Amino acid sequence: MSKSILNTDVSRRAFMASASSTAGGLILSFHVPFTQAQASSPEINAWVVVKPDDTVVVRIARAEMGQGTLTGLAQMVAEELECNWAKVTTEHPTPGQSLARKRVWRNFNATGSRGIRESNDYVRKGGAAARMMLVQAAADAWGVPAAECVAANSVITHKPSGRKTSYGKVAEAAAKISPPDEASIVLKDPKNWRLIGKRMARLDTVNKTMGAQNYGVDFKLPDMLCAAIRDCPVFGGTVKSFNAAAIERRPGVKKVVQVGNTGVAVVADTWWRAKTAVEALSIDWEFGANAQVSNESIREMLKGGLDAKEAAIGSSKGDAPAAIAVAARKVEAVYSYPYLSHAPLEPMNATARWTSDRCEVWAPTQNAEATLAATAEASGLPAQKCEVYQLYLGGGFGRRARNDFVTQAVQIAKTMPGTPIKLIWSREEDMTHGFFHPVTQCKLTAGLDAQGNISGLHMRISGQSILATVAPQVIKNGKDPVVFQGLELGGKEGQLGYDFPNLLIDHAMRNPHVPAAFWRGVNLNQNTIYMECFIDELAHASSQDPLAFRRTLMANHPKHLAVLNAVASKAGWDKPAPKGVFRGLAQTMGFGSHVAACAEVSVSEDGWLKIHRIVAATDPGHAVNIQQIEAQVEGSFVYGLSAALYGEITVSNGAVVQKNFDTYPVMRLHEMPKVETIVMPSGGFWGGVGEPTIAVAAPAVLNAIFAATGKRIRDLPLKHHSLKRA
Amino acid sequence: MAKLNVNGQTREFEADPDTPLLWVLREQLDLTGTKYGCGIAKCGSCTVHIDGIPTRSCQRPVNSISAKEKIVTIEGLSKNGSHPVQKAWAKLDVPQCGYCQSGMIMATVALLKAKPNPSDADIDAAITNICRCGTYNRIRAAIKVVAAGGKTKTAGLAIQHADGSTT
Repeated sequence: MSKSILNTDVSRRAFMASASSTAGGLILSFHVPFTQAQASSPEINAWVVVKPDDTVVVRIARAEMGQGTLTGLAQMVAEELECNWAKVTTEHPTPGQSLARKRVWRNFNATGSRGIRESNDYVRKGGAAARMMLVQAAADAWGVPAAECVAANSVITHKPSGRKTSYGKVAEAAAKISPPDEASIVLKDPKNWRLIGKRMARLDTVNKTMGAQNYGVDFKLPDMLCAAIRDCPVFGGTVKSFNAAAIERRPGVKKVVQVGNTGVAVVADTWWRAKTAVEALSIDWEFGANAQVSNESIREMLKGGLDAKEAAIGSSKGDAPAAIAVAARKVEAVYSYPYLSHAPLEPMNATARWTSDRCEVWAPTQNAEATLAATAEASGLPAQKCEVYQLYLGGGFGRRARNDFVTQAVQIAKTMPGTPIKLIWSREEDMTHGFFHPVTQCKLTAGLDAQGNISGLHMRISGQSILATVAPQVIKNGKDPVVFQGLELGGKEGQLGYDFPNLLIDHAMRNPHVPAAFWRGVNLNQNTIYMECFIDELAHASSQDPLAFRRTLMANHPKHLAVLNAVASKAGWDKPAPKGVFRGLAQTMGFGSHVAACAEVSVSEDGWLKIHRIVAATDPGHAVNIQQIEAQVEGSFVYGLSAALYGEITVSNGAVVQKNFDTYPVMRLHEMPKVETIVMPSGGFWGGVGEPTIAVAAPAVLNAIFAATGKRIRDLPLKHHSLKRA
Repeated sequence: MAKLNVNGQTREFEADPDTPLLWVLREQLDLTGTKYGCGIAKCGSCTVHIDGIPTRSCQRPVNSISAKEKIVTIEGLSKNGSHPVQKAWAKLDVPQCGYCQSGMIMATVALLKAKPNPSDADIDAAITNICRCGTYNRIRAAIKVVAAGGKTKTAGLAIQHADGSTT
């Protein structure tokens, strides 16, 4: 993705400093050379700037979209820096600056629940190195060995003499000291953490309560114009012709522009005028062959993969088909999972300004480096002549890891050199032009012996590969490894928590024309539904308690078992539920964390489902901010249950049918169950938090619905099923 | 020039008469705290008050509002976030991405004005806005904190603030 820019030889040093601050949000004074910024606010190292008044600015490369990474990363730097938390602020460096400094901020990507787990080591070392430099500067000033000095709360004390100074006072001198050798940096023992693992308030809350947080859609530049766009409703289709003359004279309209081969945009003085004009525009499309595709044809295409001979093997042990063939009993079930839209509440948008020797983009992006690469490509300029300023995201959920809307903004800006253009998609454009959660079906076949033990399990997944859309070069021999999330035999990312004597998990890739990409939870969502609901089916088929049945398969997976036991215990699995209430369980591992849930539901005589309570547990190894982990768990349940209850993008004549929240409903407050979250960090590893728990919400609820009604829901969303008593 | 009374001030602007109030607020009056989410009054992120009534401004043509009607947006609740609902929101760290929260707060302020001590059913009925991050349970908790006069401990979140306080 960002490879092309990583290999770029960057010679120019005068990169622009972002004057962004999370407090102000807007980046207006962006033409500040880095050296000037340093002069007024000494940069100790790439991660830490200390101002004379002891204010600490922590540089955060990863995007903040609500997941709390900004606060979490600041906690980690501040932990090692030993600074005064009350004076910590943050700012985003730009990918252009990072390139100019040999990629000093490393990865900007905030997808895959990786913000904290993949940068914990180097950001903590960044904080520690800055502390060592500040202490050294104080020691030098006093003419004493640094080893005689300690730092706490932004104050450095020379122990023998009791002399004290503050970070702000020595910052300028510290900035001139050579950074310590990385091997000499010793990070704190977790038992001495005072910020990590606590229930810290977020750093970015207050502005959001005042309407003062600026998001991408709020960004403004002098003389900026706004653009609205319509892209071909059928993916792969193109623009044949359009009647620009009919709308060019509407008030405020400045330009009607074809964007690439597939879209037409209107540029106007306000977005409302641009939007109404583009909607009034008559466009003749060349839909192409994809216009024949329907939901039914996609379903048939995937169905063919369930029994196809050719399939890529993900996990294999023993000979599952042979074991199933000779089993005393065979249990088989077919599940399916639909396309889903990310539907972040802030629609896609980006602002671009293009001239023949510079292109700048301001965008809410989950990966500013990838946005820089997209900007360079669309602008026709080398990456050194481009810059990206990441703005705050009104939700991301994986959608803003793609840069299609950035490419469009640059393409439009290119037609009006020097004029900043803010492109905003309408909700309708957003919902019909996503990179959707992929569609899959799954056939599970198990052999049971006479005692009801599983002798073999075959899980055949058929359907869409995300990597086929976003990184086809990674696919080798028809295998997309991401398809098998949570189903791996071993490893630290998403290990299957069950041992079966014989197991085969394989994937028959079937890629419809609808683009697919990462959607919060990714393939762990449906894989956990498939596995956890089928395990529930097998428990019932062999007349065993679903918890006891799971435990017998999990003996060699103590961390998986620990979270499952925790939810069972807190939910009171061994005691009867309140009258009319039924329970369901699910567990999985994904994004490096172990998670489980126990859902309690009731279903009325006439089929109304109520989800009363979900007890959740997560073991992310190290937990950085417990109250934010709780918020992520609750939020992930809303996202996952919105999908399970209502979520479905369907295709008709090659185009997406759903256009807005009237036909793509999501969960609302009145449907929200009580959520009790157990955060149980066992230490020794760093797992993700934003995504893993999403995967256990739906199967726990589906298993509880079975307990309540005897109805086994195998294809989603639930809205298509009657839960009425027969 | 058209006129509107917004946040206690008479504001003059030029816009096409059928422009939704949302876009006049955002593009003509530079009040961007009110957000666009759906444009069809389904998500509530554009909620403002018109004479105290919570209104989804994306579906309200600006020429249907007289200069006598008093419009209050999120920016008009307080100058510094001191409204009790804003304070409860901050103390419980309600927002995640925050994009829906202006609308959530405006809907809540209207609810609490009508029902200072709302039941769960009242909250369910009044707060119909969409939050994609899933902050619903903290929203409910924050509404109850305001109803209880700002007592945050009952929410049981034990959040440690930078000033040393715990809520």
